[in-house]
Amino acid sequence: MPETIEQHAAYDSKIEGNIIFTKVDTAINWMRKNSLWPMPMGLACCAIELMGTGASRFDIARFGAEVMRFSPRQSDVMIVAGTVTYKMALAVKRVWDQMPGPKWCIAMGACASSGGMYRSYAVLQGIDNLIPVDVYVSGCPPRPEALLEGLMKLQDKIAKSQSAVAHFNSEKSA
Amino acid sequence: MNTVLSILRDRFAGAILDHVEFRGEQTVIVEKAKARDILRYCRDELGFDYLIDVSSLDHLGSEPRWEMVYELYALGNGARHHLRLKYSFPEGEKADSVSEIWPTAGWHEREVYDMMGIEFEGLADHRRILMWEGYPYFPLRKDFPLAGRPSEMPEVAFTNRAPLAGGPFVTSPTAATTVHREPRSREMD
Repeated sequence: MPETIEQHAAYDSKIEGNIIFTKVDTAINWMRKNSLWPMPMGLACCAIELMGTGASRFDIARFGAEVMRFSPRQSDVMIVAGTVTYKMALAVKRVWDQMPGPKWCIAMGACASSGGMYRSYAVLQGIDNLIPVDVYVSGCPPRPEALLEGLMKLQDKIAKSQSAVAHFNSEKSA
Repeated sequence: MNTVLSILRDRFAGAILDHVEFRGEQTVIVEKAKARDILRYCRDELGFDYLIDVSSLDHLGSEPRWEMVYELYALGNGARHHLRLKYSFPEGEKADSVSEIWPTAGWHEREVYDMMGIEFEGLADHRRILMWEGYPYFPLRKDFPLAGRPSEMPEVAFTNRAPLAGGPFVTSPTAATTVHREPRSREMD
């Protein structure tokens, strides 16, 4: 019977090359930011650009966000693309409330950000009246490059967040 | 086309109040009491089988306040005839529904009701079509402010006044120069 030797993974010369040391936050954030499943809240013409962003020419898959989920339960980031009317507003809010955390929101285009040119009785003057927005993308509608830039800004934001601390704090309060 | 007008004149002598022709477009202004009969006659006898649109006008400040507009079109037998029919009536009266003549009128009339608050006699499904049930205003009336009014229906919907920041951007189509015709912010209310 061979003698059993207590081995630590980090000192195992056979697998040493496969070990990476990092911070929990960095690892979690890296996983989160490169696999953002969008909830496409396409409400007007911006949705067409959103579709263009998802298609082959612009290819949102390069940023790990190609999995458009039409179920809020499976989504990470809500892309509000288009004019939010008051009639639609509470439905958008309900879909947002159904998304599990951590979740983010991109307000795509002038209408979703501020009501745009619709200074009117029928249009909510910015989706940030109802849900917290992480990134505003300007344009009417924004080009796909602009949306991708917004997505990269969101990735930067996620990379800087303190995920583990937030998690333990939420455990403590719960 | 003028044969249509002369047929209508013969058939409904007193009810045809006026007639306007503009670049080949025929507009007939009729009496409200006879409007539904005339519209039914237009479809059954004159072949106007297609109701393009039903809309309404708000002449706030002059009497009568409301005006209904019907856009008719004849598609049968290769004919391409357009006819516009209008009638006016004061506030407090109901318009006559033509949804039994053209079923498509139902949605148009619901829109007129929703935006203008004109009610229809004989409209089977008399609900709002764009705004939600319970919204207290009729937003295309002239006395409704452009920015909207706040309203609140818990769990259903809400509205707020829109910030106009210097007034709405409006064009002045009759201004002398292009610079002045372009959209500019103007103080309103």
